[in-house]
Amino acid sequence: MALYSEKVMDHFRNPRNVGVIENADGVGEVGNAKCGDIMKIYLKIENDTIVDVKFETFGCGSAIASSSMATELIKGKPVSEALALTNKAVVEALDGLPAHKLHCSVLAEEAIKAALKDYYDKNGIEYDHTLFPDCASCGHCCET
Amino acid sequence: MDCTNERRKIYLDNAATTKMSEAAIKAMLPYMDGIYGNPSSLHSVGQEANEALTSARERIAKILGCEPREITFTSGGSEADNQAIISAARLGEKKGKKHIISTAFEHHAVLHTLNKLEKEGFEITLLDVHENGLITAEQVRNAIREDTCLVTMMYANNEIGTVQPIAEIGAVCREKGVLFHTDAVQAVGHLHINVKEQNIDMLSLSAHKFHGPKGVGVLCARKGILLTNLIEGGAQERGKRAGTENIPAIMGMTAALEEACAKIDENAVRLTVLRDKLIVGLSQIPHSVLNGDYGHRLPSNVSFCFEGIEGESLLLLLDDKGICASSGSACTSGSLDPSHVLLAIGRVHDIAHGSLRLSLSEENTEEEIDYTIKAVKEVVAYLRGISPIWRDLVNGKKEFITK
Repeated sequence: MALYSEKVMDHFRNPRNVGVIENADGVGEVGNAKCGDIMKIYLKIENDTIVDVKFETFGCGSAIASSSMATELIKGKPVSEALALTNKAVVEALDGLPAHKLHCSVLAEEAIKAALKDYYDKNGIEYDHTLFPDCASCGHCCET
Repeated sequence: MDCTNERRKIYLDNAATTKMSEAAIKAMLPYMDGIYGNPSSLHSVGQEANEALTSARERIAKILGCEPREITFTSGGSEADNQAIISAARLGEKKGKKHIISTAFEHHAVLHTLNKLEKEGFEITLLDVHENGLITAEQVRNAIREDTCLVTMMYANNEIGTVQPIAEIGAVCREKGVLFHTDAVQAVGHLHINVKEQNIDMLSLSAHKFHGPKGVGVLCARKGILLTNLIEGGAQERGKRAGTENIPAIMGMTAALEEACAKIDENAVRLTVLRDKLIVGLSQIPHSVLNGDYGHRLPSNVSFCFEGIEGESLLLLLDDKGICASSGSACTSGSLDPSHVLLAIGRVHDIAHGSLRLSLSEENTEEEIDYTIKAVKEVVAYLRGISPIWRDLVNGKKEFITK
């Protein structure tokens, strides 16, 4: 059996929503180069809806595929739905990831949350801080 | 050249394993049906197999420059490394010598065995391999102590291809009366080796690195060195390695080794041309760096780090283009850390993740090399284009590590 599902390979080979949004309403970057993966998400938000999303990823095949799928799952959705996106949903949409690659989906969820938090902060919107756990709660990243 | 369809593959992962040679396959077949006996059996069918085993031992000994009785057949390089190191350690501790010298970029078959011994109370010194991936005999001389029982150093590195001054190190060890083992898995069949002339006390080799079958190798140990059994249960291999000998594999290995060694010089000339072409081509990629010394490296090895990208995605996209390669990135190793070899030569995590190893064989062509250079350039450029790190580097938000 191949390392990755067909879905993962499709999103890796033909990633959706790759790129940058100039003057984005929210930008989130998670991960670090030492660990070998960084994801950056750019959001354009109008009327509480994600009207556009782009990503850039430095990382392995599953990291690129997870970013691509995560952007697809939130594009055109209300902010509240994007905020509720879980890594599990990303994994399911990709028809699964190998156990040692699950952290890539976690990174995708966190990147979106980080971009939404940036959007809230920039616009002075009140939010529940417990929805945005800090880095200490993530077991994935190695310490820098 | 279209390498995107399934039938056409450019195999550049010969340090991982090689395709079996026709000579090796042909040498194995008679020992699967006709001469299938157990060499320990007394009857004629068994004795026929025993004769084959004896001849294989003699032929391999001749090539390595040792005596047939100094050859022990094993399941491969890892077992040979384990047995060599454990044996030297057991001999050492009887004399109260519990210090071993090695390097930080050995194969895990060596490093993990040393870790085990360290837990038993042995002291391990890992010599600095420097940025060029080379150690000197002088370093070994300076590290040897009264209680040193073993020096173990790889002949040629599996990831970055650097070749150590083995004969000089052997001479120092002999002068100091310390056992010297070399993991020569990447070197045998590719470089001229003579254990006697090079003062090598123990040498490990693996057949599948020189177009022989997988699952078979040799520990060559100078007579007088008492080996410690890793596997108990029979009198095979002079009582030092139990288990019915894998005659077909041993015969395949012997044929492959003879063929490879007969062509060492011819292959080296051909491979060096292809290797250098690859090195020159890939060096044109900005912010890339060659890993390992250029002058002292295997004719088959090319190893680079490319800044701003990650190795696994590089390998997957190259595979889509029909190129089989390898990387020392964390994602391909299944751990959080990139290759210990790249870290040992001082590559920082950020660029060690973007490593690529291309290891050639005689079957590769110049056309394949041209195609590969083009493909790697394209894939690196594409991955950099979607990498946030690369954007930061280009925009000056981060500093480039490489030129």
